[in-house]
Amino acid sequence: MSVVDDTVEAIPSGIGVSAVRPDGKEKVKGDFIFSSDLSSEGMLWGQTLRSPHSSARILNIDISDALSISGVHAVLTADDVPGENIFGLERADQPVLANDFIRYAGEPVAIVAADHPEIARKATDAIKVEYEILSPLVDSSAAITAKAIHPEGNVIRYLNIVHGDTEAVGDVIVEGEYEVGMQDQAFMGTESGMAIPSPDGGIDLQISTQWLHSDQEQVATALNMPIEMVRVTLAGVGGAFGGREDVSMHVHLCMLALYTGKPVKMIYDRNESFLGHVHRHPARIWYRHHASFGGRLVKVEAKVILDGGAYASTTSAVLANACCFSIGPYSVPNASVEGWGVRTNNPPCGAMRGFGNVQTCFAVEAQMDKIAKELNLDPVEFRLNNALKSGDTIITGQEITGTAPVREVLMSLANHPLPGPSSNNLLELPGGTGRTTDGSHVKRGVGFAASIKNLMFSEGFDDFSEARCIVDDGFIAIQTACVEVGQGFVTLVQQIVQEILGIEKVEILPADTSIGSAGSTSASRQSWMSGGAVMKACEAVVNSLISDLSNEQGVSFERIGTVLVAPDGSASIPVSDALRGRNYDETVVHRHAPTVPLDEVGQGDAHVSFAFAAHRAVVDVDEELGLVRVVEIATSQDVGRVLNPVQARGQIEGGIAQGLGLAILEEIILQDGKIQNANFTDYLLPTAMDTPTIEIAALIEEPEPNAPFGAKGIGEPPVISSTPAVVAAIRDATGLDLNRVPIRPEDIALG
Amino acid sequence: MDKDNSSIEYSLSVNGNSHEISKSWLGESLLYVLREELGLYGSKNACEQGECGSCSVLMDGVLACSCLVLAANATGRNIETIESLSDDDSLTVVQEAFIETGAVQCGFCTPGLLVTIHDFLETNPEPNVLEIREAISGNLCRCTGYGRIVEAVQIASKQKSTGQGGDDVSS
Repeated sequence: MSVVDDTVEAIPSGIGVSAVRPDGKEKVKGDFIFSSDLSSEGMLWGQTLRSPHSSARILNIDISDALSISGVHAVLTADDVPGENIFGLERADQPVLANDFIRYAGEPVAIVAADHPEIARKATDAIKVEYEILSPLVDSSAAITAKAIHPEGNVIRYLNIVHGDTEAVGDVIVEGEYEVGMQDQAFMGTESGMAIPSPDGGIDLQISTQWLHSDQEQVATALNMPIEMVRVTLAGVGGAFGGREDVSMHVHLCMLALYTGKPVKMIYDRNESFLGHVHRHPARIWYRHHASFGGRLVKVEAKVILDGGAYASTTSAVLANACCFSIGPYSVPNASVEGWGVRTNNPPCGAMRGFGNVQTCFAVEAQMDKIAKELNLDPVEFRLNNALKSGDTIITGQEITGTAPVREVLMSLANHPLPGPSSNNLLELPGGTGRTTDGSHVKRGVGFAASIKNLMFSEGFDDFSEARCIVDDGFIAIQTACVEVGQGFVTLVQQIVQEILGIEKVEILPADTSIGSAGSTSASRQSWMSGGAVMKACEAVVNSLISDLSNEQGVSFERIGTVLVAPDGSASIPVSDALRGRNYDETVVHRHAPTVPLDEVGQGDAHVSFAFAAHRAVVDVDEELGLVRVVEIATSQDVGRVLNPVQARGQIEGGIAQGLGLAILEEIILQDGKIQNANFTDYLLPTAMDTPTIEIAALIEEPEPNAPFGAKGIGEPPVISSTPAVVAAIRDATGLDLNRVPIRPEDIALG
Repeated sequence: MDKDNSSIEYSLSVNGNSHEISKSWLGESLLYVLREELGLYGSKNACEQGECGSCSVLMDGVLACSCLVLAANATGRNIETIESLSDDDSLTVVQEAFIETGAVQCGFCTPGLLVTIHDFLETNPEPNVLEIREAISGNLCRCTGYGRIVEAVQIASKQKSTGQGGDDVSS
């Protein structure tokens, strides 16, 4: 046994350092294998035929011409689904392939496998589908009482939250109506994957996803196959942002591979990607705020309608977030909130980063500015007056037992210096070099907004993650089913192992269904859930090691940092040294504290933990052109603890860019339920010229009790209040109401 | 392929190597052939419409979206892909800077950005932030918000101008 002396340097690794991605080198060399890069000997290409109509009845499908094309190996329809022709993330309500009714434009009708992608495309063109075209239901408000478009009815969920005295009246009353358009996740790597039939009659599915085990379950049901025969392995993911939480091509690929006995690969092109995944729910929101002359919120009334599109996906949970946090990060004694998540013949909507909080945050923050103006108070001061703090109760009757540094977030941001004026460089004016005015109508505005986000799954969901730590003669391998979508979980795994075991080199085993579920990479949950599971698996290894050392040497060590120390200080040994020559294999399951469902008046301890953020946007607006240049966005965020400064900054900057997109650029345009801009020419994503410098005013580090390493999830808050901050800044510059996002040039120029 | 997709034969010069392409459909893009025929999967297929820059390559030294180029039309041209930027285990200073600054998240846009940036720094070795932003504005990234990417270019530019990080085979 070696004794550590004081001269041993601390390892510059572990939690809190800017460790670099273990997959970074492969990614910068173009060697990283994404799901679209998969290849297999003798593979076929799959293609999907989708309905061009948003509401129709299928009268007949004739596949004979398609089958006769040379090089076509399979043409399958609903009749060929081996098991139940139904799937869904929260409830199964969506056919794998449409068999009677079409409920949205883009709904899959038939699938093809062929030697070449172009032959597969030709084959889908050759399938003759006879439709009886029906009138689509596309108005979310009308959907509540309209004739049902689905056997389960049009109201996916109705939620009523009653808090305090609903008869209370304030000195000042402010009302407003707001709308949020449909945003797309627009991950760069489109849906893609490969299914390979295995000799035992099962199927191996390699896919870009967010939740391997949810996929496995839904695929097994549709294939009528024992779950263990469906083996799902993560293939390299080109971004996700919620859009990969639902099943897309999964069952189709497996059906084609099982039917042909060959590997089948499928890649959606960008147009099909817009049709092939859920989007952010468009919202219609009404608010009536009551406040006292003293500047305190008295009561908030709200009605929220979310357009879920044709199928449920995660609409129920998105609605819960939209309603539970409809007040924002503020304390309100009285509230009455009603929400409807409805079904229409629009494209299905579900998870997207910010998940329900985004929609109501945009509206409630506009309301907060309106009341502040009415009360002649500074917007930040009014927010500070009403800021939530630890020990306060939110409108669902739940007490915040963890940290809630809302004041600190607001103050640090408000104190951050503002940027100077823009230069006369054309590139620094709204519209850039393409502008057509002399710039004399450019006005500057500053806007402020704050947000609350629940972390992890709510409402009684059994939320857990499993991790395995394998030690082989001092070499470490970690296995989880946690999906790396780019957020940097793989980096964190290494940091956790370094923090606890003091071992630098860590092998991260492929994420697949041979280990228990890690849950979804969503809801800002994986650092807490799978990070926590990895931490516990490493600790389990240490405990076994201590037990073995105790048996062998009669000394009961304890772990201090990465060193085992005898209680009397007589002996110490680094964990890494002690693990040499030893083998362990520990698997643990990590759960967060249980939650409960909301009761009939929306009350209950339904959430685990809360994270807060605030954003301040500075914009230059050309009122004549209606164009906006976002000059700067500054932010403060409640993070619990920074696990990796560079990765934290990356999450914050990336999230803010998506929030900016929703504010002024991004919207899926629908006409009779059909997407009019399913491409990157017409669906406008922020470029490097649209995205400003992001100033991080402060990352508030108040460790969250019960959170592994005290860290809160950081992925979602950046996207939530950045949108209302940009809009508030444009209002400040123009004096316009601007109650709908994204703001279009005509809203400003003609407003 | 059936008759109206009649196969053709041609040669492509990619990263200094000549490849004979046979049994290829005339309509195949350079991106498709690079990926599915030559196994050079580094060039990415994000929009296949010339909007996102993920498939960026150099053709006779000129930046191009390989999704918009017919492969058969690229015969006789010198094509350079992401795979040509650095040999085996080595990294260019830009690649190194990308890893260090956190410019890589999902990494799908990364190869196209790197091809663009290497080309850009050839013509403008010491760009300011605005010039960097404009140079990469044809490359969409959905993860990073571009901040780390801009910083990576700044760092790489400084290192190249001071001659540090000597493994840059592209310059």
